[in-house]
Amino acid sequence: MPALTAGESARIRADFPILSRTVRGGAPLVYLDSGATSQKPLAVLDAERDFYLRHNAAVHRGAHQLAEEATEAFEGARGRIARFVGAQPDEVVFTKNGTEAINLVAYAMSNAGAPGALDGADPEVARRLQVGPGDEIVVTEMEHHANLVPWQELCRRTGATLRWVGVTDDGYLEDPRSVIGPATKLVAFTHVSNVLGTVVDVADLVSAAREVGVLTLLDACQSVPHQPVDVTALDVDFLVFTGHKVLGPSGVGVLWARPELLAAMPPFLTGGSMIEIVHMERSTFAPPPQRFEAGVPVAAQAVGLAAACDYLDTVGMERVAAHDHALMGYTLEQLAQRPWVRVLGPSDPAHRVGAVAFTVEGVHPHDVGQVLDDQGIAVRTGHHCAWPLHRRLRVPASTRASFGVYTTTAEVDAFLVALDRVPQIFGVSA
Amino acid sequence: MDLYGELILEHSKRPVHAGLRDGFDAEVHHVNPTCGDEVTLRVHLDRAGDEPVLQDLSYDALGCSISTAATSMLAEESVGRPVRETLATYRGIHAMLMSKGADPGDPEVIGDAVALAGVARYPARVKCALLGWSAYLDALARAGVDISGMRP
Ligand SMILES: Cc1ncc(COP(=O)(O)O)c(C=O)c1O
Repeated sequence: MPALTAGESARIRADFPILSRTVRGGAPLVYLDSGATSQKPLAVLDAERDFYLRHNAAVHRGAHQLAEEATEAFEGARGRIARFVGAQPDEVVFTKNGTEAINLVAYAMSNAGAPGALDGADPEVARRLQVGPGDEIVVTEMEHHANLVPWQELCRRTGATLRWVGVTDDGYLEDPRSVIGPATKLVAFTHVSNVLGTVVDVADLVSAAREVGVLTLLDACQSVPHQPVDVTALDVDFLVFTGHKVLGPSGVGVLWARPELLAAMPPFLTGGSMIEIVHMERSTFAPPPQRFEAGVPVAAQAVGLAAACDYLDTVGMERVAAHDHALMGYTLEQLAQRPWVRVLGPSDPAHRVGAVAFTVEGVHPHDVGQVLDDQGIAVRTGHHCAWPLHRRLRVPASTRASFGVYTTTAEVDAFLVALDRVPQIFGVSA
Repeated sequence: MDLYGELILEHSKRPVHAGLRDGFDAEVHHVNPTCGDEVTLRVHLDRAGDEPVLQDLSYDALGCSISTAATSMLAEESVGRPVRETLATYRGIHAMLMSKGADPGDPEVIGDAVALAGVARYPARVKCALLGWSAYLDALARAGVDISGMRP
């Protein structure tokens, strides 16, 4: 699959007006922080605005025409987004972001231990969801805090034990079979590391989990923006991503889960819109996905995210992936010519997606980021919500350049020119 | 880049009074959770006179040049002076950093820290420059100094 041509790139960039602004006293913006959040094309902004301009009403509440239209737009968005990841509409639950989607699963599992929470559920599914002392939750050492802290907390609440698959010096996962075993209840892991860009061998972790018959949750927040993702092919039990990194608006996240799991899972948040029958003493709950969408849902955001899926499918996710791959290869090759730069993670671009984190010998990442920012280059500095991973790689923090579908080689060049000023400013040898 | 003047680079490369020393009244550990910068800081007070004097301030800082330089300047300006005076320095630095560039800082009051004036233009970095100071205030409080009313 060919990468995007210069003409295609230029047309794409024209859809993102923010990319043509200047920053810091006139420097053209070079936005290399799409790993934190992507910019939004006009089509997404227009879809959200159109919803508010013409169809806005509380979804699933009321029977007037606007309520009907709003509900149709929201449910239509659910179907569109489901199709984007190869899923069925009622397997998709909207949350406010990726973090909430992971918490939804973690809380469903701890709530599963409450009296009556699994009444009527398939006993086999119920058994898989229940967690207690002696059970283990497995994560990896390269997780974003969003896919670590909720599991630490689940373990604290239930008496289960958290275990993790380690990371090697060059940014790959260690052997998962040394950690996944009969005591495991769930393996929660990232598809692509938000720091190292490492593409995790999902099939290997899934087969290790299948061997002992346990659940898998894939954090796809950093893969869905860059490559085709299909829940059936991946064969996981839960998959999570966040709208704002996939050209969508902020305020919408997605949980996909196997229907038999959703059918058994107790709710996380409760209240309006997720009920079946309510009495003063107790209530029964709606079937999924409504059971997991308490309160007026994120309708305009879902509509915006559906427009983002349309946008990306028009470009073609295979081509988005090819474009990312070309940028990755070029960036790694250029950085390798700078001995004062240490790139974290795999050196083979074929094993990476989306992000390049690095350190500069003798200069703190914050200072690197500041020098870049002053020249209009927006990168992320710090631990990027993956503090244990940085500790593991024995660096306090790093500087990360990350790509979007609108990123160009010329922008990587501008980044390199700006980066080359760092050694001289801080008096370290280049 | 004008932010990184000679003084900041000098202090960050050779921080004054760096290292942790024994014989302290209080030790604190502060982190900046957004970036991971850390400082462990100890204060040693001399309370023999009318008012407490900062006899020693020792620290171990892990962070960017702004946070390391700011902590070094804090130590350089403050060691050997009455605590009350060091807090006046703090108020001067705090006002400068919060001024978005309007207040260049008075070298009579804040010493080398006038070199940090440029930081005020980058709100995300102000926390870096204040990390050592917030650790210092906390250490004083833990050592039993009443700093209420001395904060800006
Ligand atoms: C790998 C990964 N997982 C989870 C998240 C959480 O997404 P959100 O902040 O939108 O909840 C992020 C990004 O912040 C991420 O990069």
